Amino acid sequence: MSLKSFSIRLASMIVTLFGVAVVVFVVIRVAPGDPIAMMLPPGASEADIERLRGLYGLDKTVVEQFFIWLGGVVQGDFGTSISLRQDVLTIVLGRLPATLELATMALVIACALGLLLAVLGTRRRGRRAEAAVDLWNGMTLSIPDFLWGLIFILLFAVAIPLFPVSGRINPQLNPDYVTNFLLLESILRFDFAVTGNLLRHMALPALALALPLSAVIAQVLKQSLKEVMGLDYVMLARAKGFSEFAVIWREALRNAILPTLTLAGVQFTFLIGGTVIVEKLFSYEGLGNLAIDAVINRDLPLIQGIVLVFAVLFILINLAVDLLYATLNPRLRNG
Amino acid sequence: MAETARTPLRLWLSGGWLLLVVAAALFAPWIAPHDPLAQDLFLERLPPFWIEGSEPGYWLGTDSLGRDVLSRMIFGAQIALIVAILAGGAACLIGSALGLAAGYFGGWTDRVIGRIVDIWMSFPPVLFAILLVAVLGTGLHSVIIAIAVIDWTRFARVIRAETMGQTRMDYVDSALVVGRSRAGILAREVLPNVLPTIGVLLSLEMGIAVIVEAILSFVNLSIATDDPTWGGMIAEGRTQIHFAWWVLVFPMIALFLTVLSFSQFGEGLKDRLDPVLR
Repeated sequence: MSLKSFSIRLASMIVTLFGVAVVVFVVIRVAPGDPIAMMLPPGASEADIERLRGLYGLDKTVVEQFFIWLGGVVQGDFGTSISLRQDVLTIVLGRLPATLELATMALVIACALGLLLAVLGTRRRGRRAEAAVDLWNGMTLSIPDFLWGLIFILLFAVAIPLFPVSGRINPQLNPDYVTNFLLLESILRFDFAVTGNLLRHMALPALALALPLSAVIAQVLKQSLKEVMGLDYVMLARAKGFSEFAVIWREALRNAILPTLTLAGVQFTFLIGGTVIVEKLFSYEGLGNLAIDAVINRDLPLIQGIVLVFAVLFILINLAVDLLYATLNPRLRNG
Repeated sequence: MAETARTPLRLWLSGGWLLLVVAAALFAPWIAPHDPLAQDLFLERLPPFWIEGSEPGYWLGTDSLGRDVLSRMIFGAQIALIVAILAGGAACLIGSALGLAAGYFGGWTDRVIGRIVDIWMSFPPVLFAILLVAVLGTGLHSVIIAIAVIDWTRFARVIRAETMGQTRMDYVDSALVVGRSRAGILAREVLPNVLPTIGVLLSLEMGIAVIVEAILSFVNLSIATDDPTWGGMIAEGRTQIHFAWWVLVFPMIALFLTVLSFSQFGEGLKDRLDPVLR
């Protein structure tokens, strides 16, 4: 990616972020109820109300208020949570690692499963195995992550109690770690009892999130593999005597992977959105679970913080995908 | 092609189930065997009819308050359909109008609408829904508004691309040459050609609306807990999972079949309407 196209991309990212900030501000401000009235006891004097308005900048114009608010947000001042009485940014950053670990795990599962299905479907194209792969993809695609989660709870809580269906870790383990990236830190510390427990808790929610994405990946990758398999250079590799599997794995895949990559990036942002409900379903202590509690408590500062952090995350993922695409696609390298 | 042979069956099956749901919703007061709100503590957690201990008349068993599961499911279909029609319809109207405008007029109109769509899509949909419901207050009206406000982008993007393609066709130029107004061409020439795509998207969107409503009822952000909704029943069933699996399983099946039918109906429609694919 050239410097010019990179700066265009960056500028458009900043415009989008600004737009997100405007939307969040507007939505939060149209919320019914006077914030000052909620802070003061009944019977407060007019002078008190005015003083408090001035203190919170509510006597200024809406545009001025927006920039005061934006200035605070840029510096990491997201306000104080009403229900938890703590700094919003601290709470959000404390919960973010759990969600990131879950989402990454789901992404890894989805990619591995999608790749496997696509290669299998291509290797055995035109046979029953391909039809089975197509059927499976169609089925996984039409069941949303929420229903997958319920199905797993039903299967594993009632029928075969193999995996725990709630929480992030067994509370008795209670690891005393520096960061909240428990999985990563437990691996670095060789604390494999904790790692194992975390993974067992993560398995079902991650799989529920991964299945719909794996079907998308498998479908698109299989389609582009099919196109590539007919090209001359693949024929040549076959003529050289490579096995069918080696032809797919070493030659075809390299060219077929690009469209899948872009798609997986976009879909990954949907997956992160899905963590909200899946975390609630499995009582997993991440950001999504926190978001729902915040809504039930009408904790607007906290909701605002969570939404902004998610939006930044989304935009960063999209940027990362663009960069990765540019690095991997030789045609764009000096565009 | 195998695809063409399968299409009618797909349309029949999904259409059939959707018709059943519509019938259940319309005639709920007459076909539901019991009052969906009636509690009976002597009849709590009755199993479905084929399991020992069931009570005649309570076909799919009862929940922890002795309410009839089948009756609650039938009444739950009303909420699901109201949301599908109102939220899906509103998202369709807003998104298609903006998509048509962006695709047909191009230039600044297109750039402004495109930028709004970009900003909109950088929010995770579920989170956006939660933000809106938090501000609007919980309840069915908030759920419908939230879905419409969030999901119009799905229509806008596709319809914009489709309109652009149509606008470049010769027939649009011919209409201009014979002196038709731009608005007239958009309404009379372009719109009928993108209508099939709008229909397909609408069917998919209605399925999405049903699942979103279920999710919001599940986390208690939709209508009051007493009223029967599939999502609310699933939430109750989740807590009863070790004692009464049927409270969870039956509404789940209803939800699954409905969501699946909407998406399969849309796909089937696409295969039938797209002359290139046919």
